[in-house]
Amino acid sequence: MIEINVSTENNYLLIHVEGEADASSSIHLDNVIKESVEEGHKNILIDCTNLNYISSAGLGVFMSHLGEIEEKEINFIIFGLSEKVLNVFNILGLDQLLTIKKSKEDAIVAIS
Amino acid sequence: MKFKPTTKLISRLSITLGILLWVSIAAIQILQVLAQKSDVDLGLSQEVPRLLLDLFFISFLVYYHFRIGKAETSNFIDLLWRVFAIGLVTTIVSLAVELFYTTIANTTLAENEMLATLTYNINFLAISVLLISTFTVWKKLVLYQKSRRLVVSWNIFEALLMASIFFNFTGLVLQNSVVFQLLYGVLALMALVLSANMKWVAYLNFKQKWKSILLILLVTIYLVYFFRLLYVTDDSSTNFFYEINNLFVFSLFTFLLAYSVFSLLVILFNLPTSSVFERKLEEAINFQRLSQSIQKGENENQIFDILLNSSMSAVYADSGWIEIDKNGDEPLLRTRHISRVNLNEVKKLIAKGKRKTLLRNPLEKSSEEDRTLVNIRKSNFRSALIVPLKVQNKIAGQMYLLKEVSDGFNKEMINIINTFANQASISVENFRLLGEALENERYKEELNIAKSVQRALIPKKLDHDESFEIHAFTEAAAEVGGDYYDTFKLAESKFALVIGDVSGNGTSAAFHMSQMKGIFQSLVQLNLSAKDFLVNANTALSRCLERTSFITLSYFIIDTKERTIEFSRAGHCPTLYYSKSKGSSEYFQNQGLGLGILRNERYADFVHVNKMTFEKDDIAVLYTDGISEATNSEKEEFGYDRMQKLLDQNAHYDPIMIQKIFISKLYEFCGNKDLNDDYTMVVIKFK
Repeated sequence: MIEINVSTENNYLLIHVEGEADASSSIHLDNVIKESVEEGHKNILIDCTNLNYISSAGLGVFMSHLGEIEEKEINFIIFGLSEKVLNVFNILGLDQLLTIKKSKEDAIVAIS
Repeated sequence: MKFKPTTKLISRLSITLGILLWVSIAAIQILQVLAQKSDVDLGLSQEVPRLLLDLFFISFLVYYHFRIGKAETSNFIDLLWRVFAIGLVTTIVSLAVELFYTTIANTTLAENEMLATLTYNINFLAISVLLISTFTVWKKLVLYQKSRRLVVSWNIFEALLMASIFFNFTGLVLQNSVVFQLLYGVLALMALVLSANMKWVAYLNFKQKWKSILLILLVTIYLVYFFRLLYVTDDSSTNFFYEINNLFVFSLFTFLLAYSVFSLLVILFNLPTSSVFERKLEEAINFQRLSQSIQKGENENQIFDILLNSSMSAVYADSGWIEIDKNGDEPLLRTRHISRVNLNEVKKLIAKGKRKTLLRNPLEKSSEEDRTLVNIRKSNFRSALIVPLKVQNKIAGQMYLLKEVSDGFNKEMINIINTFANQASISVENFRLLGEALENERYKEELNIAKSVQRALIPKKLDHDESFEIHAFTEAAAEVGGDYYDTFKLAESKFALVIGDVSGNGTSAAFHMSQMKGIFQSLVQLNLSAKDFLVNANTALSRCLERTSFITLSYFIIDTKERTIEFSRAGHCPTLYYSKSKGSSEYFQNQGLGLGILRNERYADFVHVNKMTFEKDDIAVLYTDGISEATNSEKEEFGYDRMQKLLDQNAHYDPIMIQKIFISKLYEFCGNKDLNDDYTMVVIKFK
């Protein structure tokens, strides 16, 4: 199960992800990110503080938007990853391609 | 050999014996007449002819018991017809004798006592045959659908009746013996009580009832005729009856007459209700047909046809149709006695007509599920009943029943239609479920084929030489999975080894896994360095992977001559390596990026190649995240630390044993929670 809340704060779009991102639930995540990117937001922050688990399919969602993020020069920042989830990002090597910050404050600093 | 008398043999023997006995009875009587005439005493006691008579009755009882009683027939008309036929023959014989007497009325022959005795005996034979055969048939009728109590009371009655055969030894007669009267009273009472058993009548249809009435009436007439012949005197002055000296015959007469009269009355009174009974029976049969239609492999249309026919005959409908919605397509129509044009007109009129809703349950709100009664005007049909047909909790269609009279449907009719509609729904539902089950079975079969195809992609033999031992294990969560491992002998003492995991699992992962196999087998031929291999594999996969799919991979080149390992990690789980000299294991912490994540030439920047030497008894454990990330019911992961400890503790074992320990510990850890990912491990131990 996954719960996704999107809110606009100051100069960025905040996507709050909660629960587990597995093969079936990550489809929702994919749709939300796709919309946000298409809507032309330049600063997108993903709050993963309450993301307990991410499967390879969930990682695939983040990975699939890499090209467009780069192309459109979007500040796409993930923050609040738990140690376990962060490790999954690291093993795959996604940490080298995505901007991952510890906290929301760090993320906000990164976009300004 | 043991001799076993057959029914045929017994009936033949008994009839022969019976006729012989009758002949001897007649002969003795004639002899007695002759002896009386010439004043000669035959020296024959009274008991002999009496015994002969009793044996004669018994022979005939046995004969008819086996002839009629044992015959397996449930057709009552046949039985009654048989009695009628026997009665007819016996009556004709008797009438012929009488006719003969009238023709010789004024001749001396008529005075001949011998002839009189003979004709008496012929009559007697005829009566006995009629009485005993009728008795056997009546017995069958009485005992139709017998209960235990009935059987007991019947057996008592029959035993008493059989005993009464031998009552003639007493020489008592009804007119002046209390014992006779008492016994007769008991038998007659029992006969009357037993005569109330006529369940068979209920199973006759209208036509059969009329036939039965006719046949029983004729049998009654025969009985009365013979009774008159035997017992009623011509002059009704002083003694109305002849001497009644045979308790058996008299009781038998009583029972047969009583049962005949009772049957006649019961059938007569049952005549008006027989059509209702027939209808109920027909409804029950139709109901059965509806429930059994599945087994006969009939299709949905046939079920609807049976429903329509049964419903129409149950309510005497003049026309009707069933309309089944076909998800937007032209609805399926099954019609009876109504044309399409007429049907559409009637439908319009129904929409306009005065509706009366019949709710099954007052709490049920949905108007779609209501049975509706409509009175129609301006049509030859005056009333309609509309019944929705529900299949798998959805309204699948409607049944319309039309009658040419107004208010033509009563409560009983609506009830029976409801039952029919429900049963038909169940049948259709079962039919559809059966179809779905077959379809699922087919998919399962397909998946099993996919499984065996994928099994063939996994190498059966792993390339190695005497410098290292290698063992692999893989299991998919579903029929097919996305885990992959393979080996290739690049040169003498040079081996390539790969382990990979496709993102996601199931069928889509399995397709990508087979692509990976193709890419590995092609690129490995080129004897590339680990870096070139990964870069080329990434380029190839970038063109064929789905947008959100990627593959993680670890690629190894083992050189057993140089005793080196060159390895690169493309986002795959870090390899667990046990060093004998250190006496502990650790994970390779090199950088890397999964294949298909960066689908351009920049990927090369993320490939890191490491090289190391191996020593004797070093162990490399390659695995997929199905193992490291397996969770138990507390959502705890199997994890890297546990694996590391396991390897440290079991490093002295060979690869097969190490794999077995890992997997059994993994199962132990997960408990009854199913593994929901594919899991694979390859263990290498150097020598």
